[in-house]
Amino acid sequence: MPYNELTAHDLSELLQKGDVTPEAVYQDLRQQILKHDNSVHAYVRVNDALSFKKDTADKNTLAIPIAVKHNICVKGEETACCSNILKGFKPPYDATVIQKLKNRGIPVLGHTNMDEFAFGSSTENSCYGPTRNPWNLDCVPGGSSGGSAAAVAAQEAIWAIGSDTGGSIRQPASFCGVVGVKPTYGRVSRYGLIAFASSLDQIGPITKDVRDAALLLNLIAGHDPRDSTSADIPVPDYPALLDKDLHGLKVGIPHEYFVEGLDPEVETAVKEAIEALKTLGVQTVDISLPHTEYCVATYYIIATAEASSNLARYDGVRHGLRCRPSQTRKNSITDMFEETRARGFGEECKRRVMLGTFSLSSGYYDAFYLRGQKVRTLIKQDFDRAFKEVDAIVMPTSPTTAFKIGEKANDPLSMYLSDIYTISANLSGIPAVSMPCGFSKSGMPIGLQICAKPFDEATMLRMAYHYEQKAGWYKHKPGLEEKR
Amino acid sequence: MITRETTQHIANLARINLSEEEQTKLTRNLEDILTYISKLERLDITAIEPTSHVLPLKNVFREDVVAASLPQQDALSTAITQQDGAFTVPQVVE
Repeated sequence: MPYNELTAHDLSELLQKGDVTPEAVYQDLRQQILKHDNSVHAYVRVNDALSFKKDTADKNTLAIPIAVKHNICVKGEETACCSNILKGFKPPYDATVIQKLKNRGIPVLGHTNMDEFAFGSSTENSCYGPTRNPWNLDCVPGGSSGGSAAAVAAQEAIWAIGSDTGGSIRQPASFCGVVGVKPTYGRVSRYGLIAFASSLDQIGPITKDVRDAALLLNLIAGHDPRDSTSADIPVPDYPALLDKDLHGLKVGIPHEYFVEGLDPEVETAVKEAIEALKTLGVQTVDISLPHTEYCVATYYIIATAEASSNLARYDGVRHGLRCRPSQTRKNSITDMFEETRARGFGEECKRRVMLGTFSLSSGYYDAFYLRGQKVRTLIKQDFDRAFKEVDAIVMPTSPTTAFKIGEKANDPLSMYLSDIYTISANLSGIPAVSMPCGFSKSGMPIGLQICAKPFDEATMLRMAYHYEQKAGWYKHKPGLEEKR
Repeated sequence: MITRETTQHIANLARINLSEEEQTKLTRNLEDILTYISKLERLDITAIEPTSHVLPLKNVFREDVVAASLPQQDALSTAITQQDGAFTVPQVVE
Protein backbone atom coordinates (compact mmCIF):
# COMPACT_ATOMS: atom_id res chain seq x y z
CA MET A 1 0.00 0.00 0.00
CA PRO A 2 1.43 3.43 -0.92
CA TYR A 3 2.45 5.38 2.17
CA ASN A 4 0.06 8.25 1.40
CA GLU A 5 -2.83 5.88 2.12
CA LEU A 6 -1.74 5.30 5.71
CA THR A 7 -2.59 7.25 8.85
CA ALA A 8 -0.07 9.27 10.82
CA HIS A 9 -0.15 6.82 13.73
CA ASP A 10 0.56 3.91 11.35
CA LEU A 11 3.40 5.81 9.70
CA SER A 12 4.78 6.81 13.07
CA GLU A 13 5.15 3.14 13.98
CA LEU A 14 6.85 2.37 10.67
CA LEU A 15 9.20 5.33 11.15
CA GLN A 16 10.04 4.10 14.63
CA LYS A 17 10.93 0.66 13.30
CA GLY A 18 12.92 2.21 10.50
CA ASP A 19 10.67 0.52 7.90
CA VAL A 20 10.05 3.77 6.06
CA THR A 21 11.87 7.06 5.52
CA PRO A 22 10.19 10.46 5.66
CA GLU A 23 11.41 11.03 2.09
CA ALA A 24 9.49 7.96 0.87
CA VAL A 25 6.29 9.23 2.50
CA TYR A 26 6.80 12.58 0.83
CA GLN A 27 7.37 10.95 -2.58
CA ASP A 28 4.10 8.98 -2.39
CA LEU A 29 2.19 12.09 -1.36
CA ARG A 30 3.75 14.02 -4.21
CA GLN A 31 2.73 11.28 -6.68
CA GLN A 32 -0.86 11.38 -5.47
CA ILE A 33 -0.96 15.17 -5.68
CA LEU A 34 0.44 15.13 -9.24
CA LYS A 35 -2.14 12.55 -10.22
CA HIS A 36 -5.26 14.08 -8.69
CA ASP A 37 -4.81 17.67 -7.64
CA ASN A 38 -5.48 19.01 -11.14
CA SER A 39 -9.06 17.85 -10.66
CA VAL A 40 -9.47 18.24 -6.87
CA HIS A 41 -7.46 21.48 -6.47
CA ALA A 42 -6.97 21.07 -2.73
CA TYR A 43 -3.64 22.88 -2.73
CA VAL A 44 -2.68 26.41 -3.62
CA ARG A 45 0.99 25.54 -3.20
CA VAL A 46 2.91 22.30 -2.66
CA ASN A 47 6.41 22.69 -1.28
CA ASP A 48 9.05 21.24 -3.58
CA ALA A 49 12.00 20.50 -1.42
CA LEU A 50 10.99 19.54 2.07
CA SER A 51 13.83 19.67 4.50
CA PHE A 52 13.49 16.74 6.87
CA LYS A 53 14.97 17.76 10.15
CA LYS A 54 16.80 14.87 11.71
CA ASP A 55 15.67 14.81 15.28
CA THR A 56 17.38 11.87 16.93
CA ALA A 57 15.75 12.57 20.30
CA ASP A 58 12.42 11.08 19.21
CA LYS A 59 13.90 9.26 16.19
CA ASN A 60 11.89 11.72 14.11
CA THR A 61 8.94 9.35 14.38
CA LEU A 62 6.56 12.19 13.58
CA ALA A 63 8.30 13.46 10.44
CA ILE A 64 5.04 13.19 8.51
CA PRO A 65 4.35 16.17 6.23
CA ILE A 66 1.25 18.20 7.05
CA ALA A 67 -1.07 20.30 4.88
CA VAL A 68 -1.87 23.77 6.23
CA LYS A 69 -4.76 26.12 5.52
CA HIS A 70 -3.75 29.30 3.71
CA ASN A 71 -4.59 31.53 6.72
CA ILE A 72 -1.97 30.01 9.05
CA CYS A 73 1.40 31.77 8.80
CA VAL A 74 4.36 29.74 7.59
CA LYS A 75 7.60 31.71 7.64
CA GLY A 76 8.76 32.67 4.17
CA GLU A 77 5.86 30.91 2.40
CA GLU A 78 2.98 32.85 0.86
CA THR A 79 0.10 32.94 3.39
CA ALA A 80 -2.66 34.96 1.76
CA CYS A 81 -6.03 33.61 3.01
CA CYS A 82 -6.73 33.01 -0.69
CA SER A 83 -7.35 36.75 -1.08
CA ASN A 84 -6.07 39.07 -3.77
CA ILE A 85 -5.44 41.69 -1.10
CA LEU A 86 -2.74 39.53 0.52
CA LYS A 87 -1.35 37.80 -2.57
CA GLY A 88 2.40 37.43 -2.29
CA PHE A 89 2.48 38.05 1.48
CA LYS A 90 5.25 35.92 2.97
CA PRO A 91 5.12 36.15 6.78
CA PRO A 92 8.42 36.82 8.52
CA TYR A 93 7.43 34.40 11.33
CA ASP A 94 5.70 31.06 11.94
CA ALA A 95 2.33 30.71 13.65
CA THR A 96 2.72 29.07 17.08
CA VAL A 97 1.09 25.85 15.82
CA ILE A 98 3.57 25.72 12.91
CA GLN A 99 6.47 26.35 15.27
CA LYS A 100 5.25 23.51 17.49
CA LEU A 101 4.96 21.14 14.53
CA LYS A 102 8.36 22.11 13.14
CA ASN A 103 9.90 21.60 16.57
CA ARG A 104 8.70 18.00 16.39
CA GLY A 105 10.23 17.58 12.95
CA ILE A 106 6.91 17.80 11.08
CA PRO A 107 7.41 19.62 7.76
CA VAL A 108 4.79 21.71 5.98
CA LEU A 109 3.73 19.91 2.80
CA GLY A 110 1.90 22.89 1.35
CA HIS A 111 -0.86 25.40 1.80
CA THR A 112 -4.47 24.42 1.10
CA ASN A 113 -7.30 26.27 -0.57
CA MET A 114 -10.01 28.09 1.40
CA ASP A 115 -12.80 30.62 1.09
CA GLU A 116 -11.27 34.10 1.11
CA PHE A 117 -10.49 35.01 4.74
CA ALA A 118 -12.54 31.90 5.70
CA PHE A 119 -15.75 33.61 4.53
CA GLY A 120 -17.79 30.75 3.14
CA SER A 121 -19.01 27.20 3.44
CA SER A 122 -17.96 25.83 0.05
CA THR A 123 -14.37 26.91 -0.82
CA GLU A 124 -15.81 28.59 -3.92
CA ASN A 125 -14.81 32.09 -2.72
CA SER A 126 -11.07 31.66 -3.30
CA CYS A 127 -8.96 33.91 -5.50
CA TYR A 128 -7.35 30.66 -6.72
CA GLY A 129 -10.65 29.10 -7.85
CA PRO A 130 -12.78 26.40 -6.19
CA THR A 131 -11.75 23.08 -4.66
CA ARG A 132 -13.77 20.03 -5.70
CA ASN A 133 -15.09 17.24 -3.50
CA PRO A 134 -13.04 14.03 -3.99
CA TRP A 135 -16.25 11.95 -3.62
CA ASN A 136 -17.90 13.79 -6.51
CA LEU A 137 -16.01 16.42 -8.44
CA ASP A 138 -19.24 18.29 -9.27
CA CYS A 139 -19.80 18.96 -5.56
CA VAL A 140 -18.20 21.41 -3.15
CA PRO A 141 -15.88 20.07 -0.44
CA GLY A 142 -17.52 22.38 2.13
CA GLY A 143 -15.68 25.26 3.65
CA SER A 144 -13.95 27.25 4.55
CA SER A 145 -11.19 24.67 5.21
CA GLY A 146 -12.29 22.78 2.07
CA GLY A 147 -8.76 22.42 0.73
CA SER A 148 -7.48 20.76 3.91
CA ALA A 149 -10.47 18.39 4.11
CA ALA A 150 -10.30 17.50 0.39
CA ALA A 151 -6.52 16.90 0.59
CA VAL A 152 -6.98 14.41 3.45
CA ALA A 153 -9.99 12.71 1.79
CA ALA A 154 -8.15 12.39 -1.55
CA GLN A 155 -5.13 10.96 0.30
CA GLU A 156 -3.08 13.89 -0.94
CA ALA A 157 -2.21 14.58 2.70
CA ILE A 158 -1.78 12.32 5.71
CA TRP A 159 -3.11 15.01 8.03
CA ALA A 160 -3.93 18.69 7.90
CA ILE A 161 -4.82 21.72 9.96
CA GLY A 162 -7.65 24.13 9.36
CA SER A 163 -9.46 26.85 11.26
CA ASP A 164 -13.04 26.91 12.49
CA THR A 165 -15.00 30.11 13.18
CA GLY A 166 -18.55 28.83 12.54
CA GLY A 167 -17.96 25.28 11.32
CA SER A 168 -15.08 25.74 8.88
CA ILE A 169 -13.32 22.55 10.02
CA ARG A 170 -16.32 20.37 10.84
CA GLN A 171 -18.59 21.08 7.86
CA PRO A 172 -15.90 20.29 5.22
CA ALA A 173 -14.84 17.24 7.28
CA SER A 174 -18.48 16.12 7.11
CA PHE A 175 -18.75 16.76 3.35
CA CYS A 176 -15.46 14.96 2.64
CA GLY A 177 -15.90 11.98 5.00
CA VAL A 178 -12.95 12.74 7.27
CA VAL A 179 -12.46 13.70 10.93
CA GLY A 180 -12.38 17.39 11.90
CA VAL A 181 -11.96 18.86 15.38
CA LYS A 182 -12.78 22.33 16.62
CA PRO A 183 -11.08 22.51 20.01
CA THR A 184 -12.42 24.53 22.95
CA TYR A 185 -11.92 28.27 22.43
CA GLY A 186 -8.52 28.92 24.03
CA ARG A 187 -7.19 25.36 23.74
CA VAL A 188 -4.93 26.14 20.76
CA SER A 189 -2.94 29.34 20.28
CA ARG A 190 -4.24 31.65 17.56
CA TYR A 191 -0.89 33.45 17.20
CA GLY A 192 -0.15 33.52 13.48
CA LEU A 193 -3.69 32.56 12.46
CA ILE A 194 -4.83 35.46 10.30
CA ALA A 195 -7.86 36.71 12.20
CA PHE A 196 -11.45 36.43 10.98
CA ALA A 197 -13.51 36.70 14.22
CA SER A 198 -11.20 36.72 17.22
CA SER A 199 -13.75 35.56 19.82
CA LEU A 200 -14.73 32.54 17.68
CA ASP A 201 -11.64 31.39 15.70
CA GLN A 202 -9.84 28.16 16.63
CA ILE A 203 -7.23 26.08 14.79
CA GLY A 204 -7.82 22.34 14.73
CA PRO A 205 -6.91 18.99 13.12
CA ILE A 206 -8.40 17.41 9.97
CA THR A 207 -7.41 13.76 9.77
CA LYS A 208 -8.30 10.32 8.42
CA ASP A 209 -9.27 8.91 11.79
CA VAL A 210 -9.88 9.89 15.40
CA ARG A 211 -6.54 8.60 16.70
CA ASP A 212 -4.70 10.94 14.34
CA ALA A 213 -6.90 13.83 15.44
CA ALA A 214 -6.04 13.07 19.08
CA LEU A 215 -2.35 12.87 18.21
CA LEU A 216 -2.37 16.13 16.27
CA LEU A 217 -4.40 18.01 18.88
CA ASN A 218 -1.83 16.96 21.45
CA LEU A 219 0.92 18.46 19.31
CA ILE A 220 -0.71 21.86 18.73
CA ALA A 221 -2.61 22.51 22.00
CA GLY A 222 -1.42 24.44 25.02
CA HIS A 223 -0.87 27.87 26.52
CA ASP A 224 1.06 30.42 24.48
CA PRO A 225 2.32 33.68 26.02
CA ARG A 226 1.80 35.23 22.57
CA ASP A 227 -1.96 34.62 22.71
CA SER A 228 -3.54 35.94 25.90
CA THR A 229 -6.76 34.08 25.08
CA SER A 230 -4.97 30.72 25.04
CA ALA A 231 -5.86 28.89 28.24
CA ASP A 232 -3.26 28.05 30.84
CA ILE A 233 -4.74 24.60 31.42
CA PRO A 234 -2.75 21.34 31.17
CA VAL A 235 -3.17 19.36 27.92
CA PRO A 236 -4.08 15.71 28.55
CA ASP A 237 -2.45 12.91 26.56
CA TYR A 238 -5.42 12.50 24.20
CA PRO A 239 -4.27 9.35 22.33
CA ALA A 240 -3.61 7.55 25.62
CA LEU A 241 -7.14 8.34 26.82
CA LEU A 242 -9.00 6.93 23.79
CA ASP A 243 -9.25 3.31 24.82
CA LYS A 244 -11.25 3.47 28.06
CA ASP A 245 -14.80 2.20 27.39
CA LEU A 246 -17.87 4.42 27.31
CA HIS A 247 -19.90 2.89 30.12
CA GLY A 248 -21.51 5.48 32.37
CA LEU A 249 -21.34 8.35 29.87
CA LYS A 250 -24.48 10.38 29.24
CA VAL A 251 -25.21 11.89 25.84
CA GLY A 252 -27.78 14.56 25.16
CA ILE A 253 -29.85 14.55 21.97
CA PRO A 254 -31.18 18.08 21.33
CA HIS A 255 -34.54 17.88 19.57
CA GLU A 256 -34.02 21.35 18.02
CA TYR A 257 -31.36 19.79 15.75
CA PHE A 258 -33.74 17.21 14.27
CA VAL A 259 -36.28 19.47 12.59
CA GLU A 260 -37.54 20.54 9.18
CA GLY A 261 -34.69 21.19 6.77
CA LEU A 262 -32.70 18.17 7.93
CA ASP A 263 -32.17 15.80 5.00
CA PRO A 264 -33.92 12.47 5.84
CA GLU A 265 -30.83 10.48 4.80
CA VAL A 266 -28.70 12.51 7.22
CA GLU A 267 -31.28 12.09 9.97
CA THR A 268 -31.38 8.31 9.50
CA ALA A 269 -27.58 7.98 9.55
CA VAL A 270 -27.21 10.14 12.67
CA LYS A 271 -29.97 8.23 14.48
CA GLU A 272 -28.27 4.96 13.60
CA ALA A 273 -25.04 6.34 15.03
CA ILE A 274 -26.87 7.22 18.24
CA GLU A 275 -28.15 3.62 18.43
CA ALA A 276 -24.57 2.39 17.94
CA LEU A 277 -23.39 4.61 20.80
CA LYS A 278 -26.07 3.05 23.02
CA THR A 279 -24.72 -0.43 22.31
CA LEU A 280 -21.32 0.88 23.45
CA GLY A 281 -22.73 1.63 26.89
CA VAL A 282 -23.70 5.27 26.46
CA GLN A 283 -26.95 6.46 27.99
CA THR A 284 -28.94 8.94 25.90
CA VAL A 285 -31.07 11.78 27.25
CA ASP A 286 -33.45 14.02 25.32
CA ILE A 287 -32.42 17.61 25.92
CA SER A 288 -33.43 21.06 24.74
CA LEU A 289 -31.24 23.91 23.49
CA PRO A 290 -34.09 26.41 23.17
CA HIS A 291 -32.17 29.25 21.47
CA THR A 292 -30.89 27.09 18.60
CA GLU A 293 -33.01 28.90 16.00
CA TYR A 294 -31.22 32.19 16.83
CA CYS A 295 -27.67 30.88 16.34
CA VAL A 296 -27.21 31.78 12.66
CA ALA A 297 -28.58 35.32 13.10
CA THR A 298 -26.42 35.90 16.19
CA TYR A 299 -23.36 34.52 14.47
CA TYR A 300 -23.72 36.70 11.39
CA ILE A 301 -23.83 39.79 13.60
CA ILE A 302 -20.88 38.91 15.82
CA ALA A 303 -18.64 37.22 13.25
CA THR A 304 -19.03 39.96 10.64
CA ALA A 305 -18.60 42.75 13.20
CA GLU A 306 -15.33 41.23 14.36
CA ALA A 307 -14.30 40.56 10.76
CA SER A 308 -14.94 44.15 9.67
CA SER A 309 -12.68 45.29 12.47
CA ASN A 310 -9.97 42.68 11.80
CA LEU A 311 -9.97 43.39 8.07
CA ALA A 312 -9.59 47.13 8.55
CA ARG A 313 -5.82 46.55 8.46
CA TYR A 314 -5.87 45.62 4.75
CA ASP A 315 -5.60 49.08 3.31
CA GLY A 316 -2.60 49.06 1.00
CA VAL A 317 -0.30 50.70 3.55
CA ARG A 318 2.01 47.91 4.66
CA HIS A 319 1.88 44.68 2.69
CA GLY A 320 -0.07 42.89 0.00
CA LEU A 321 -1.92 44.85 -2.64
CA ARG A 322 -1.82 48.63 -3.16
CA CYS A 323 -4.04 50.28 -5.77
CA ARG A 324 -4.80 53.89 -6.63
CA PRO A 325 -7.60 55.23 -8.80
CA SER A 326 -6.74 56.98 -12.05
CA GLN A 327 -8.57 60.11 -10.94
CA THR A 328 -8.64 61.75 -7.51
CA ARG A 329 -11.95 61.14 -5.70
CA LYS A 330 -11.42 62.27 -2.09
CA ASN A 331 -7.72 62.64 -1.25
CA SER A 332 -4.63 60.62 -2.08
CA ILE A 333 -4.60 58.38 1.00
CA THR A 334 -8.36 57.74 1.28
CA ASP A 335 -8.44 57.02 -2.45
CA MET A 336 -5.69 54.44 -1.93
CA PHE A 337 -7.59 52.71 0.92
CA GLU A 338 -10.84 52.60 -1.01
CA GLU A 339 -9.35 51.47 -4.30
CA THR A 340 -7.14 48.82 -2.70
CA ARG A 341 -10.08 47.35 -0.79
CA ALA A 342 -12.41 47.59 -3.80
CA ARG A 343 -10.02 45.57 -5.98
CA GLY A 344 -8.47 43.35 -3.31
CA PHE A 345 -11.58 41.99 -1.61
CA GLY A 346 -13.88 39.48 -3.27
CA GLU A 347 -17.66 39.72 -3.33
CA GLU A 348 -18.41 37.72 -0.16
CA CYS A 349 -15.66 39.54 1.68
CA LYS A 350 -17.17 42.93 0.82
CA ARG A 351 -20.61 41.69 1.86
CA ARG A 352 -19.36 40.62 5.29
CA VAL A 353 -17.27 43.72 5.91
CA MET A 354 -20.31 45.82 4.97
CA LEU A 355 -22.62 43.81 7.23
CA GLY A 356 -20.21 44.02 10.16
CA THR A 357 -19.60 47.73 9.64
CA PHE A 358 -23.35 48.26 9.60
CA SER A 359 -24.04 46.51 12.91
CA LEU A 360 -21.20 48.37 14.61
CA SER A 361 -22.17 51.76 13.19
CA SER A 362 -23.69 54.61 15.12
CA GLY A 363 -27.46 54.24 15.34
CA TYR A 364 -27.45 50.48 14.75
CA TYR A 365 -25.01 49.25 17.41
CA ASP A 366 -27.59 48.61 20.17
CA ALA A 367 -30.17 47.04 17.90
CA PHE A 368 -27.68 44.71 16.20
CA TYR A 369 -24.23 44.18 17.72
CA LEU A 370 -25.21 44.57 21.38
CA ARG A 371 -28.35 42.51 20.88
CA GLY A 372 -26.26 39.81 19.20
CA GLN A 373 -23.87 39.71 22.16
CA LYS A 374 -26.80 39.34 24.55
CA VAL A 375 -28.38 36.51 22.57
CA ARG A 376 -24.94 34.89 22.57
CA THR A 377 -25.22 34.80 26.37
CA LEU A 378 -28.57 32.99 26.07
CA ILE A 379 -27.09 30.45 23.63
CA LYS A 380 -24.13 29.81 25.92
CA GLN A 381 -26.48 29.38 28.90
CA ASP A 382 -28.38 26.68 26.94
CA PHE A 383 -25.17 24.65 26.77
CA ASP A 384 -24.14 25.37 30.38
CA ARG A 385 -27.51 24.03 31.50
CA ALA A 386 -27.34 20.96 29.25
CA PHE A 387 -23.84 20.04 30.40
CA LYS A 388 -24.98 19.90 34.02
CA GLU A 389 -26.88 16.81 32.95
CA VAL A 390 -24.83 15.21 30.16
CA ASP A 391 -21.19 14.57 29.23
CA ALA A 392 -21.62 15.16 25.51
CA ILE A 393 -24.19 16.27 22.94
CA VAL A 394 -24.70 14.48 19.64
CA MET A 395 -26.22 16.00 16.50
CA PRO A 396 -25.69 16.15 12.73
CA THR A 397 -22.74 18.27 11.53
CA SER A 398 -24.63 19.62 8.55
CA PRO A 399 -28.30 19.37 7.54
CA THR A 400 -27.31 18.01 4.11
CA THR A 401 -24.52 16.25 2.28
CA ALA A 402 -22.24 18.23 -0.07
CA PHE A 403 -24.13 20.45 -2.50
CA LYS A 404 -23.26 21.12 -6.14
CA ILE A 405 -20.67 23.72 -7.10
CA GLY A 406 -22.53 26.95 -7.92
CA GLU A 407 -25.77 25.79 -6.30
CA LYS A 408 -25.73 28.41 -3.52
CA ALA A 409 -23.33 30.90 -5.07
CA ASN A 410 -26.01 33.53 -5.72
CA ASP A 411 -27.90 33.12 -2.46
CA PRO A 412 -25.73 34.23 0.48
CA LEU A 413 -28.41 33.56 3.09
CA SER A 414 -28.91 29.95 2.02
CA MET A 415 -25.12 29.51 2.16
CA TYR A 416 -25.10 30.94 5.70
CA LEU A 417 -27.82 28.49 6.74
CA SER A 418 -25.63 25.52 5.78
CA ASP A 419 -23.68 26.25 9.01
CA ILE A 420 -26.82 25.99 11.12
CA TYR A 421 -25.60 23.04 13.24
CA THR A 422 -21.96 24.03 13.70
CA ILE A 423 -22.20 27.69 14.73
CA SER A 424 -23.43 27.08 18.29
CA ALA A 425 -20.13 25.44 19.34
CA ASN A 426 -18.22 28.58 18.34
CA LEU A 427 -20.66 30.95 20.02
CA SER A 428 -20.52 28.93 23.25
CA GLY A 429 -16.80 28.07 22.96
CA ILE A 430 -17.24 24.31 23.45
CA PRO A 431 -15.20 21.65 21.59
CA ALA A 432 -16.82 19.65 18.78
CA VAL A 433 -15.77 16.93 16.36
CA SER A 434 -17.25 15.83 13.04
CA MET A 435 -16.71 12.29 11.81
CA PRO A 436 -18.23 10.08 9.11
CA CYS A 437 -21.42 8.19 10.05
CA GLY A 438 -22.57 6.87 6.69
CA PHE A 439 -23.21 7.73 3.05
CA SER A 440 -26.18 9.01 1.09
CA LYS A 441 -27.67 6.91 -1.73
CA SER A 442 -25.67 9.02 -4.15
CA GLY A 443 -22.48 8.08 -2.33
CA MET A 444 -21.77 11.30 -0.45
CA PRO A 445 -20.42 11.22 3.14
CA ILE A 446 -22.63 12.14 6.11
CA GLY A 447 -21.17 13.68 9.26
CA LEU A 448 -21.89 13.06 12.94
CA GLN A 449 -21.07 15.83 15.39
CA ILE A 450 -20.13 15.26 19.03
CA CYS A 451 -19.80 18.27 21.35
CA ALA A 452 -18.39 18.21 24.86
CA LYS A 453 -17.87 20.42 27.91
CA PRO A 454 -15.25 23.17 27.65
CA PHE A 455 -11.72 21.66 27.73
CA ASP A 456 -13.07 18.11 27.78
CA GLU A 457 -11.81 17.13 24.32
CA ALA A 458 -10.63 13.87 25.92
CA THR A 459 -14.17 12.55 26.51
CA MET A 460 -15.31 13.81 23.12
CA LEU A 461 -12.49 12.07 21.26
CA ARG A 462 -12.88 8.88 23.28
CA MET A 463 -16.54 8.66 22.33
CA ALA A 464 -15.71 9.43 18.71
CA TYR A 465 -13.01 6.78 18.69
CA HIS A 466 -15.22 3.98 20.00
CA TYR A 467 -17.99 4.84 17.58
CA GLU A 468 -15.52 5.02 14.68
CA GLN A 469 -14.02 1.61 15.48
CA LYS A 470 -17.46 0.03 15.75
CA ALA A 471 -18.95 1.63 12.65
CA GLY A 472 -15.89 1.40 10.41
CA TRP A 473 -16.86 4.21 8.01
CA TYR A 474 -13.30 5.52 8.05
CA LYS A 475 -12.30 2.58 5.84
CA HIS A 476 -14.25 3.98 2.87
CA LYS A 477 -12.17 6.06 0.45
CA PRO A 478 -13.29 8.02 -2.62
CA GLY A 479 -12.73 6.25 -5.94
CA LEU A 480 -11.00 9.18 -7.62
CA GLU A 481 -9.93 7.10 -10.61
CA GLU A 482 -13.43 6.17 -11.71
CA LYS A 483 -14.80 9.67 -11.25
CA ARG A 484 -12.33 11.45 -13.52
CA MET B 1 -34.76 49.11 6.00
CA ILE B 2 -31.65 49.43 3.83
CA THR B 3 -31.61 52.16 1.19
CA ARG B 4 -28.98 52.83 -1.40
CA GLU B 5 -27.90 55.82 0.72
CA THR B 6 -27.33 53.52 3.72
CA THR B 7 -25.17 51.25 1.58
CA GLN B 8 -23.15 54.22 0.36
CA HIS B 9 -22.72 55.47 3.94
CA ILE B 10 -21.55 52.04 5.17
CA ALA B 11 -19.20 51.66 2.19
CA ASN B 12 -17.68 55.02 3.09
CA LEU B 13 -17.18 53.92 6.71
CA ALA B 14 -15.68 50.62 5.52
CA ARG B 15 -13.45 52.44 3.01
CA ILE B 16 -14.53 50.34 0.05
CA ASN B 17 -15.20 52.00 -3.28
CA LEU B 18 -18.27 50.20 -4.64
CA SER B 19 -19.40 50.23 -8.26
CA GLU B 20 -23.00 51.16 -9.11
CA GLU B 21 -23.73 47.51 -9.74
CA GLU B 22 -22.23 46.44 -6.40
CA GLN B 23 -24.26 49.08 -4.57
CA THR B 24 -27.47 47.71 -6.06
CA LYS B 25 -26.62 44.11 -5.23
CA LEU B 26 -25.33 44.80 -1.72
CA THR B 27 -28.35 46.91 -0.85
CA ARG B 28 -30.53 43.92 -1.72
CA ASN B 29 -28.25 41.42 0.08
CA LEU B 30 -28.04 43.50 3.26
CA GLU B 31 -31.80 43.96 3.28
CA ASP B 32 -32.32 40.18 2.99
CA ILE B 33 -29.78 39.28 5.65
CA LEU B 34 -30.91 41.96 8.10
CA THR B 35 -34.52 40.88 7.66
CA TYR B 36 -33.45 37.37 8.62
CA ILE B 37 -31.44 38.71 11.57
CA SER B 38 -34.44 40.71 12.81
CA LYS B 39 -35.83 37.46 14.24
CA LEU B 40 -33.66 38.28 17.29
CA GLU B 41 -36.17 41.01 18.13
CA ARG B 42 -38.54 38.31 19.33
CA LEU B 43 -36.34 37.66 22.38
CA ASP B 44 -36.57 39.62 25.60
CA ILE B 45 -32.99 40.57 26.41
CA THR B 46 -33.51 43.40 28.89
CA ALA B 47 -31.93 41.57 31.85
CA ILE B 48 -29.21 39.77 29.87
CA GLU B 49 -25.51 40.66 30.03
CA PRO B 50 -23.64 40.70 26.70
CA THR B 51 -20.95 38.07 25.97
CA SER B 52 -17.89 39.40 24.15
CA HIS B 53 -15.89 36.19 24.62
CA VAL B 54 -16.48 32.90 26.40
CA LEU B 55 -13.42 32.64 28.63
CA PRO B 56 -13.57 33.49 32.33
CA LEU B 57 -10.77 36.05 31.81
CA LYS B 58 -10.64 39.76 32.52
CA ASN B 59 -7.10 41.02 32.11
CA VAL B 60 -4.06 38.89 31.45
CA PHE B 61 -0.86 40.30 32.93
CA ARG B 62 2.74 39.22 32.60
CA GLU B 63 6.06 40.36 33.99
CA ASP B 64 7.55 43.29 32.11
CA VAL B 65 10.68 41.55 30.88
CA VAL B 66 12.86 42.81 28.05
CA ALA B 67 13.04 40.20 25.28
CA ALA B 68 13.95 40.08 21.62
CA SER B 69 11.17 40.98 19.19
CA LEU B 70 10.85 40.71 15.42
CA PRO B 71 13.82 42.63 13.94
CA GLN B 72 12.85 45.82 12.11
CA GLN B 73 14.22 44.59 8.80
CA ASP B 74 12.16 41.38 9.05
CA ALA B 75 9.03 43.37 9.85
CA LEU B 76 9.71 45.50 6.78
CA SER B 77 10.54 42.52 4.56
CA THR B 78 6.98 42.50 3.23
CA ALA B 79 6.59 46.27 2.87
CA ILE B 80 5.03 47.53 -0.35
CA THR B 81 7.28 50.60 -0.19
CA GLN B 82 9.71 51.66 2.51
CA GLN B 83 12.18 54.35 3.33
CA ASP B 84 14.52 54.92 6.29
CA GLY B 85 13.19 51.91 8.19
CA ALA B 86 9.53 52.87 7.84
CA PHE B 87 6.54 51.96 5.65
CA THR B 88 5.77 54.74 3.23
CA VAL B 89 2.44 55.86 1.73
CA PRO B 90 1.43 58.37 -0.93
CA GLN B 91 1.88 61.99 0.11
CA VAL B 92 -1.01 62.99 2.39
CA VAL B 93 -0.46 66.73 2.84
CA GLU B 94 0.11 68.76 -0.32
